[in-house]
Amino acid sequence: MYELFKNLGAWLVSGEQWSGPDGIAHRLAEHLQYSLLATLIAAAIALPVGLLIGHTGRGAFLAINLSSFGRALPTVGLVVLVFLASGLSMWPVYVALVALAVPAIVTNTYAGMTAVDPEVKDAARGQGMRAHQVLFQVELPLALPLIMTGLRLALIQVVATATIAAYVSFGGLGRYVFDGLAQRDLVQVLGGAVLVAVIAVVLDLALSALQRALFRHRPA
Amino acid sequence: MTIEWSWISGHAGDLAALTVSHLQAALSAVFFGLLISLPLAVVAHRIRPLRGFLLGLSNVFFTIPSIAIFVLLLPVSGLTRTTTVIGLTVYTLVVLLRNTVEGLDSVPTRTKEAATAMGTRPLRVLLTVELPLALPVIMAGVRIATVMSISLVSVATYIGDGGLGQLFTDGFQRNFPTPVLVGVALTLLLALVADALLVAVQHVLTPWTRQKRGA
Repeated sequence: MYELFKNLGAWLVSGEQWSGPDGIAHRLAEHLQYSLLATLIAAAIALPVGLLIGHTGRGAFLAINLSSFGRALPTVGLVVLVFLASGLSMWPVYVALVALAVPAIVTNTYAGMTAVDPEVKDAARGQGMRAHQVLFQVELPLALPLIMTGLRLALIQVVATATIAAYVSFGGLGRYVFDGLAQRDLVQVLGGAVLVAVIAVVLDLALSALQRALFRHRPA
Repeated sequence: MTIEWSWISGHAGDLAALTVSHLQAALSAVFFGLLISLPLAVVAHRIRPLRGFLLGLSNVFFTIPSIAIFVLLLPVSGLTRTTTVIGLTVYTLVVLLRNTVEGLDSVPTRTKEAATAMGTRPLRVLLTVELPLALPVIMAGVRIATVMSISLVSVATYIGDGGLGQLFTDGFQRNFPTPVLVGVALTLLLALVADALLVAVQHVLTPWTRQKRGA
């Protein structure tokens, strides 16, 4: 066991391991690229839906069921399914990661919108604000902390799951995990897993710090 | 993408066995998750300084990717069912611990004081007053943890287990969509049925929440 961790440490800090197209630096960049793009696409789909459901109060049933459906959907199965349907392309990776991220963003956006005090909305309307003004100038700013939480949750889950890109022969840090499993090279497998875990934790901490800094003046 | 129905009928026995194995892994994880988080939640609820530490720790576990948890356990428990169950249990802890603590928090202080004033001992207050009243919130956590575990079991296919997840590897390696579709459908079905059953269990266990709604 001690030997294993010593080798793992050596693997993680070795200079040649970090450079080149198979190097950690390149795989890390790929991993972040998949994760950020997938989360952005998911946000572009999920934010309008969550805002609309929250603003109109209609379709809440849909939002809640969507989230439990999303939780139940096995990501590995989805990746393989899209892979078999579309062949060698980036589709399987992005479809699976976006499907993973959308429910978290929709439900948190919706939760943020419903948490806005109805009296505040009434007051805004009473002052003569139009529907879109109430939405963008009152509800959205008040719901923002929870919306940010949803985006953060989604990004963390996506970073953790982007490992599967390597399963359908793409890059990212999952490369080490799957190549290592195939080559029975435990050090490489553990190295990949540790790197994914570390960037997930670091991103989570960074985003929650950013969130706290942005909303310092709010009780939420 | 076409489904070969004959493959399904020809493998009914295998599919049933994989489904049972899948469910067994997921339910064991929720069982052990509850076994660990119930006492921890009581501690976190009573001792304030420990609360942030325990909840924070479970949050960190959650940010570790599931495949990484399984892989990190390989030196300890190898390519076994034990690895699958430990990995999944770690994942259930976040939801179960948080919800149980929140459930215990939601019990009104007056109710606890009333029970104590009537001479009920602390352990009995916990078991017969606090836990039952916290049950709706705890059960919400159990539902999320169960559905999540059922979906996550398939990740263990990378370490040679994974219940229905084995259908994904099988279909992927043979470029054959039918097992993959069947695996996804059965996983969703298991999750839906398990969730519905838990709703029914909660309904039976918490009759007082229904009376309130009727009034």
